[in-house]
Amino acid sequence: MKRLAVLLALILVLAAVSPAAVTQADTGYSYNYDFWGEVANSPDPYAVKATLTHIELGLDKKLSKAQGLFVKDNFIYICDTGNNRIVVIEFADEEYKVAQIIDSFEGAEINTFNSPSDIFVTDDHYFIADTENNRILKLTKDLQFVLEFTKPDDINFDQSITFLPSKLIVDGADRVFCLVKRVNKGVVKYENDGHFNGFVGATPVTYDLFDYIWKTWIASDAQADAMADFVPTEYDNIAVDNEGFMYVCTTNFYEGSLGDGGVNPIRRLNSLGNDILIQNGDWYVIGDVDWTDVGVYTGSSRIVDITALDDGTYFGLDRTRGRIFGYDDQGNILCCFGGNGNKDGYFRMPTAIEHMGHDLLVLDSQDAQLTVFTPTYYGQKIFSAIYEYQQGRYDRSADEWREVLMLNGNNELAYKGIGRALLRQNKYEEAMNYFKIKYDDDNYGDAFQLYRKQWVEDHIVLLFIVILLVLVVPLVIGRIKRVRWEVKRFENDSKKIR
Amino acid sequence: MKTTARRFVDFFTNRAAYDRFFKSLRYALYVIVHPFDGFWDLTHEKRGSLAAANFILILSLLTCVFRIEFTTFQFIKVNYERVNFFMEMMGILLPFIIFVVTNWALTTLFDGKGTLKDVWIASAYAMTPYPLVVIPNTIISNFLTEEEDTFNYFFHDFSIVWSALLFISAIMMVHAYSIGKTMLCILFTIVGMAVVIFLLLLFFSLISDAGAYFYSLYKEVIYRLY
Repeated sequence: MKRLAVLLALILVLAAVSPAAVTQADTGYSYNYDFWGEVANSPDPYAVKATLTHIELGLDKKLSKAQGLFVKDNFIYICDTGNNRIVVIEFADEEYKVAQIIDSFEGAEINTFNSPSDIFVTDDHYFIADTENNRILKLTKDLQFVLEFTKPDDINFDQSITFLPSKLIVDGADRVFCLVKRVNKGVVKYENDGHFNGFVGATPVTYDLFDYIWKTWIASDAQADAMADFVPTEYDNIAVDNEGFMYVCTTNFYEGSLGDGGVNPIRRLNSLGNDILIQNGDWYVIGDVDWTDVGVYTGSSRIVDITALDDGTYFGLDRTRGRIFGYDDQGNILCCFGGNGNKDGYFRMPTAIEHMGHDLLVLDSQDAQLTVFTPTYYGQKIFSAIYEYQQGRYDRSADEWREVLMLNGNNELAYKGIGRALLRQNKYEEAMNYFKIKYDDDNYGDAFQLYRKQWVEDHIVLLFIVILLVLVVPLVIGRIKRVRWEVKRFENDSKKIR
Repeated sequence: MKTTARRFVDFFTNRAAYDRFFKSLRYALYVIVHPFDGFWDLTHEKRGSLAAANFILILSLLTCVFRIEFTTFQFIKVNYERVNFFMEMMGILLPFIIFVVTNWALTTLFDGKGTLKDVWIASAYAMTPYPLVVIPNTIISNFLTEEEDTFNYFFHDFSIVWSALLFISAIMMVHAYSIGKTMLCILFTIVGMAVVIFLLLLFFSLISDAGAYFYSLYKEVIYRLY
């Protein structure tokens, strides 16, 4: 009886302790996709470090319809679109503090903003997409007006639409690349003196043959007008990576073409406007590979913003389910996490994503808050494995991947990373095992080719003997049979003669 | 008077039957390289046997599974959670049965000379190149790398094309048709197969509907009684 009481007490204590332990480890819904496109659960690569609303930041009023986010060094710039201001937050001593609130400047006719929706900061200047004032502003750091980029006075630019610049980036020579609402010819490019320089990188126009035939020959004019036009689609957001290439994303596409690579929701543009995004992963860079319609969350991922980290990895923000998808520079999916909801680390209407080092910052316009994610131990290990690989330290990279594998046996890249390191150490057979587990046929082929070569070289004598036997033995047998047959015939013949 | 056990032992130790079986099986190797001559003698001179035909058919089904299971993963990637080897085998067996039955049904109207048994034997013999080529091909695939996959695909497709040509000559010889009539016959057979499959689906759909009807009736009665 006493024993039973002790046992009961022990169970009660355990029950009281364990939920705390569980909640600490399990903070989100993180997963990855395996070779077959099925969800493979994973530990959290990112954990929430801070959620910043106007209360935490000590602002006088709530952020309203905030659209734009930018990070430069340890400063965060939030375009508080509805309140016509820009909030500058400084990150110092592990704290986020408001450093400055920009709501006016000097030197122009209209010295305030009207729905500013994006900001880009260079070393000396601010570039602000002042949407409702139909202009892009270039200001100095002490808020003196320098230049404005307005509606291009050019035959290529549709003059009938209102000029509403929404997102922008600036290159090293202060040239502005911006996205303008209802302009579908690509990214609008300005010279650094404010002249319009043309469009870059419109999406390729896709339509199927049936639609074309129907629209051209069968439908009446009225019907054809009502049908969707075969025109490029508009980009939703633009980001720049450390190599100076533009990442653009669009949410206007036909879901059915995602699986076969017919549409590319995320594109990486070079200066000619060609898509140079590397897609060597098992899956195209499309966000969720597999999805089920549940309630109001229907359809595929719609990537609304991208941020490209310094090591070539990039993260896309999905509007449909509020998820964040991470990819490495080869287009392999690293992680998926986040979601829609009211918990920390979940969103209601995420609009922008940025990074500060390896931390991710997500701006939620409806929750009026900024969520800061920081890599967990697991996430850090992935990043350091990628980093070591890029530095050419393959063995150390493999050690990091082994750590990752301890935490998550589902991680495809860990197997491939270890395999690649083993391949460089000439351990072909072990490398082949790692590649085989994750169906990596390219690397397996390379490893196997070397293994086969080595095997043949090691066993050349044995091979010669086998080949010799295969060739000689039938010859010898044939010869013996022939001799016997001739002897027999001779005997028969000699019998006949007698 | 022999006992059943004795008969059973006799059946499996009948030397003459084994000789006949192996001889007719060996004849398949002659048929695949001399199709016209071979298929003519196969049925008209009774040089083939049902046992050998069934052996080739079963071997082909096993080859299909063997290929999926033992080809290097570089060429064929199998999701073992989703693949059902029985269904893979049915993917060959059912079309084969439907082909033979439909072809026989049609050729009895198109004054073909072959019986159902003849068509079955000849069709099965026509499948000989498949196991003959694919089994070594599968084994060799394990010594190839991904860049050399063309060899694997080529030999697999080659065996299928070879089999298809043998099927045509088999139909031609078994029924003693001209080439034009053979083509027409095969065309009609394919249409006929579609009709048979449609009827089968309709049949099973109706059967399951009828079953559901009686089951619901039974349930109704049970609910009323209790």
